[in-house]
Amino acid sequence: MKQNDTKDPNGLDIYNDSSETNKIQVKSKWFNRASKGILTSTSEKKDTPEGFWNKCPKCNLISTSEVLKENLHVCPKCSYHHRIGSLEYYEILFDNGPEYLFDNIKSHDKLNFVDLKPYKTRLDEIHKSKPNIKDSIRIAVGDVSGERLVIGCMDFEFIGGSLGSVMGEKFSKAVDYCIFHKIPFFVICKSGGARMMESAFSLMQLAKTSGKLFQLSEAKLPFITLLTDPTFGGISASFGMLGDLNLAEPEALIGFAGPRVIKETIKKDLPEGFQKSEFLLEHGFIDFIVNRKDLKHKIALLIKIFKN
Amino acid sequence: MIDENQRQFLQFEQPIKDLFEQMSETKKLANKNTKLNLDKTIQEIQDAIVEKRKELTFNITPWQRVQLSRHPDRPYTLKYISLMFENFVELYGDRNFKDDKAMVGGFAQLNGQTVMVIGQQKGINTKTRQFRNFGMPNPEGYRKALRLMKLAEKFNKPIVTLIDTPGAYPGLEAEERGQGEAIARNIYEMTHLKVPIIVVIIGEGASGGALGIGVGDKVLMLENTWYSVISPESCSSILWRSWDKKELAAEQLKLTAQDMKSFRLVDEIVPEPHGGAHWDYNEAANNLKNFITRNLKELKKIQPNELVQKRIEKYCSMGFWEE
Ligand SMILES: [Zn+2]
Repeated sequence: MKQNDTKDPNGLDIYNDSSETNKIQVKSKWFNRASKGILTSTSEKKDTPEGFWNKCPKCNLISTSEVLKENLHVCPKCSYHHRIGSLEYYEILFDNGPEYLFDNIKSHDKLNFVDLKPYKTRLDEIHKSKPNIKDSIRIAVGDVSGERLVIGCMDFEFIGGSLGSVMGEKFSKAVDYCIFHKIPFFVICKSGGARMMESAFSLMQLAKTSGKLFQLSEAKLPFITLLTDPTFGGISASFGMLGDLNLAEPEALIGFAGPRVIKETIKKDLPEGFQKSEFLLEHGFIDFIVNRKDLKHKIALLIKIFKN
Repeated sequence: MIDENQRQFLQFEQPIKDLFEQMSETKKLANKNTKLNLDKTIQEIQDAIVEKRKELTFNITPWQRVQLSRHPDRPYTLKYISLMFENFVELYGDRNFKDDKAMVGGFAQLNGQTVMVIGQQKGINTKTRQFRNFGMPNPEGYRKALRLMKLAEKFNKPIVTLIDTPGAYPGLEAEERGQGEAIARNIYEMTHLKVPIIVVIIGEGASGGALGIGVGDKVLMLENTWYSVISPESCSSILWRSWDKKELAAEQLKLTAQDMKSFRLVDEIVPEPHGGAHWDYNEAANNLKNFITRNLKELKKIQPNELVQKRIEKYCSMGFWEE
C-alpha cells in the first residue's frame, strides 16, 4: 500500500536487523560459530544454525538460538517477541507436523515489473536463497491441542510478507478448504502491506479475501487473526482487521499508514507506544493481546468455546 | 461552469495555453477596433484549440495521465452529482464521531430513479482544499459511507460511488480511530450488499483509500484517471528510494484506464472531452450519466443473491500465479 514504509521492498527488516532470522535447520553444536560477527548481514543470515547467538533488540540480552527456540523465540529476560516465520509458528502450534496446502501456487511476473531490478529476478533470487519459504503466506492444516485448524501464516522474509495474487489465491483456497471440511481459519499476519510489483492486482486481493471471508462467515466458521510485528497497509485494511476475533502479540507494530509517512504528514513526533498492540487494544481494535507462550493454549480454548 | 479566463494549464498543455493567449489578444484587438472583423480568426483559433486538445489525449504518457487526473480545473464529485442527478439530498455524519468533509454522499435521482451516491470530495481553492482535507478521508468518512450504503440497501436503492482520492488520510487520529479497520469493514460489506453497486474512478484511485468505497458490480474508469495500489510518487520513494522516478513508476504500475481494462480489473472506460474532463463539465457528466444509466438498467435485472455471488466471483478471478 501507499504507506507501507514499514518494510523494505527487498524483504529486509528495517526495524531490528540484528535479531530476526529464520531458524529452521538446527543441527550443528553450540558455539560452533564461524568467525563472522554476531550481527551478520541479512544476506548471510539465511538459516542460522544452532549455536549462533542472538541479541535481543530490546534488552540486548545475548542468547543462543537453542535457548531462544526453547523459549518460543521470546526473550527470556524482557519477553521481547522475536520475529519468526511460518514454520516456527507451526512448530509452536500444531501437535504434530501439519499438512501443507497449496504450496504449488507461485508468484508470477505478469506485468514485467522492473524497479531497481526485475520482479522476476527478485522472485528467482528468493526461491534460490530461501527454498524453505513458499511465498509470503503458507497454509497448513493440522491439530492444535486436538482441535482441527487451518492456519495461514505469513513469511516476512518473502518480499516483506507482502499481499499479492498468491496470498490472495492461497487465502481464497484455504477458505474453501475450511468450508468444505468445516474447520475454523486462523491467520497469523506479518506484512508490510500490498505487493507493489503486482500493482492493482495486489489491491484487488483486499476485495477477493474479503469476499471469501463473507462466505466463511455464511458457513458460520470462526475466523481469527493474530497480528504480529509488523502488520500494515493492505493487511490491516482487509482480513487482518476482519477477524471474529483479532488478537495481537505484545508490542507488535500494527497500523494502516506507516509511522514515517504519518510523521511526515503531521510534522510532529509520534507518541510513545503509538501503533503498538497495546495502543490498538486501548482504542478498541484488538480483542486481546496474547503472549506467544500462551498462544497454543488460547487458540485451542477459543476453538473449543466456539464449538461447544 | 469554468470561467474561460481563469483556466489553469499544466506544463504539457502549454501549446493550448499559447492559443488561449492568442485568442485573448485577438479579442482585445477586435474590441478596440470595431471596424476589423476578426470572427474568422477567432473561429480558427478555437478550432486549433480543439485540435490541440485531441492531439494531447492521443499522445500522452501514463504520468501525464496522472497529472490530468489531478488537474486543478477538473470536475470533482459534487460537480458530477449536480450535473448528473436531480434532487440530491446530502446526508452528513457517521452517527458515531463526526462528519468527514472529504467524503460526501446522499440520496439523488437519476432519471427519476432514487440512488445513493457517495464519493470523495476535493476542494477547488486553498481554503476548500483544506476543508476537504485534499480528498483524503478519515475513518469516519468510510464509516459515513458505510452508513449510507446500508441505508441504500435497506430501501433497495442502487449505489453509485465516485472515487477521487490521493489516499486515505495517514494521520495520527486516523490510526487511533482505526483507518485500517474502517476500510476493511467497507470492503467486506461491499462484497455482499444486496443492491447494485456502480463504482466510477473520476480522478485519482489511490489504493485502499479508493477501494474503501470501490467494490462493485461494475467498475468504470474515466479516460484520464489512474487506479493503483500506490501513488507513483510513493512507489518511486519506496522501490527506487528516490522521489525522482515517478514517471517511471507510473509506467511500471500500469495504472491507466486502458491498462486496467485490459487486465479486466475494471469493466469500462468512460470517454472524456478531448484533452480531459476539465474542458467541458457538461460533456464529461453527460458521458458518464449515459454509462451509469445503461449499467444500472442491466444490473437491476439481476436478483440480489445472484448479484452478490457474481460480485464475489469477479473479485476472486483477479490475480495471477503459477501452479
Ligand atoms: Zn530481551
